[in-house]
Amino acid sequence: MALLEIENLLKTYRTPDGRRLTVVDVPKFQLEAGEQVALSGPSGTGKTTFLNLIAGILTADSGQVRLDGRDLSALSEPERDRQRASVVGYIFQTFNLLQGFTCLENVLLGMSFGPGVDHGRARGLLERVGLGDRLDYFPRQLSTGQQQRVAVARALANRPKLVLADEPTGNLDPGHASQAMDLIRGLCSEQGSALLLVSHDPSVLGRFARCESLARLNRATRMEGEP
Amino acid sequence: MTLWLLVRRSLRQHLLSTVVTALSLALAGGLLMSVWVVKRQARATFTGQTGAWDAVLGARGAKLQLVLNALFHLEASAGNVPFADYQLVASNRAVALAIPIAVGDNYLGYRIVGTLTNLFTDAEAAPGRRFRLRDGGRWFEDGYREAVVGSFVAQRLGLKPGDTFKPYHGLNFNPKEQHDDEYVVTGVLEPSNTPADRVLWIPLAGLQNMSGHAAATATDVSAVLVKLRSPLAGQQLDLLYNKQGDRLTLAWPLGAVLAQLFDKMGWFDQVLELVACLVALVAAGSVLASIYNSLSARRRDLAILRALGARRVTVFASIVLEAASVAALGMVLAWGFYAVILMAVAAVIRAQTGVVLDPWAWDPVLILAPLALVALGALAGVLPAFKAYGNPVAENLAPQS
Repeated sequence: MALLEIENLLKTYRTPDGRRLTVVDVPKFQLEAGEQVALSGPSGTGKTTFLNLIAGILTADSGQVRLDGRDLSALSEPERDRQRASVVGYIFQTFNLLQGFTCLENVLLGMSFGPGVDHGRARGLLERVGLGDRLDYFPRQLSTGQQQRVAVARALANRPKLVLADEPTGNLDPGHASQAMDLIRGLCSEQGSALLLVSHDPSVLGRFARCESLARLNRATRMEGEP
Repeated sequence: MTLWLLVRRSLRQHLLSTVVTALSLALAGGLLMSVWVVKRQARATFTGQTGAWDAVLGARGAKLQLVLNALFHLEASAGNVPFADYQLVASNRAVALAIPIAVGDNYLGYRIVGTLTNLFTDAEAAPGRRFRLRDGGRWFEDGYREAVVGSFVAQRLGLKPGDTFKPYHGLNFNPKEQHDDEYVVTGVLEPSNTPADRVLWIPLAGLQNMSGHAAATATDVSAVLVKLRSPLAGQQLDLLYNKQGDRLTLAWPLGAVLAQLFDKMGWFDQVLELVACLVALVAAGSVLASIYNSLSARRRDLAILRALGARRVTVFASIVLEAASVAALGMVLAWGFYAVILMAVAAVIRAQTGVVLDPWAWDPVLILAPLALVALGALAGVLPAFKAYGNPVAENLAPQS
């Protein structure tokens, strides 16, 4: 059984003028355990909404998201929260670090909602991403690249089965972007976590053996006449 | 651990509003505790001061005025009691002890009371406690211009045995009204924590015959302090003086008479309590407002927490706990406010009446009021907590593509 199975996933929003706008309409998508897949797509193709649906942050209007054998639509909100904390690691484009907390606390907080706090592992992860000497630094005291590495450490802290990465190199220069991709893919491989990454950067997408176009996958974004 | 970490960091991030809100709650808590304790202690202490005596006999008038004048050395005397009436009540078989007092003079604003030495030797300062002199002193002798000075007066005026003073006429100090008679201090009372500490005591005859006093009333006294042999004796004297007689007033039972004082001041207590409660409500409102306003700036942080797997109830609990923590911090400070307020109030009451309140005495309100205010603070956090509870996650994370 695949780690992630999506069937007929539909998400719509109501626009200010009262119309329903379909943002995600994905008939089928699968991801195997440990697999690393990239989804390409320019802005407006519903990338973040798609990832939020998989993470259980948003709920679909219809269709199924089966993650680790559990249908998210059948779970209550607290169950989805628990599932997200223990099965999913999320790397955001803007990192979304908590500014009032140190690097170590950001990682520990990620753990605290999941299987449990493990100070040793949190320190080890931060050392692994090269921030062993920055444990007590606050995000504002770090460079953009360092903040990104904290976000990676936090996403992997609970040994998630699936890591979602939303434009993880979007705020980095090409040199740091390359390093960040090596780090993310390397850590996911080490832990056996599957990786689903969305990006519009060809240099990032070119690293993946499996790369799909979200514009093709998501019927909601297909232009008239596209197959 | 997670909740405390969230609360601690949030409080630190909003340090100024945390401190201001905690201080306003501290003021409310301090006021509430002070009002309550002062009210309770004042009632208990004032009532306790009468314990050495059962009744006061004085000129026809208000019983409360009589008691305040004779026992607390406040208010003016309602009039004089002929010496024969003092002798009559003193010889009554129902009376265990009767001591006359006379007032009408002061020294630099402190009241001078004329009495007999057996006030100190035969009567008690308070139940179970005798008057005692400091080392090197002795009681005055009737018939001499001698004085025993209360500890508070001695401390304020720097009087000691061997010092002399000339009384001033009237209960209020007027430098133009000085008598010619000169008195020698023979002793200073040990602090009795009673109104006696605020008085200069001289022989009864000394005050009666002070130069310039009317000769016609030279043998009258201002009041007679009465110790009864039994409670039944009080009823007998009450009948004699209050119901059948029309010249004198017997203030008895003293507890009931003093209760009138607190009943008269009841509205003042209620106003103070109302003010304290209003301050508490305003402080609780400021907890609500400060946390509610901070939520706008924290929407993204809350969304991040939810994205990491925090449940709605965790977010809700963290906000309520934060509000309760601000209140708890305020209550720690409230004990400090309470101590300062009560020490100031106790000093004023002691200076005005001689009655001593104990700021460090235990009272259940010292725990109950802080607990109630912490609960109120937590309650004030519920509305912002509901707002945080409903904070949409996806909308408040990074902008959607």
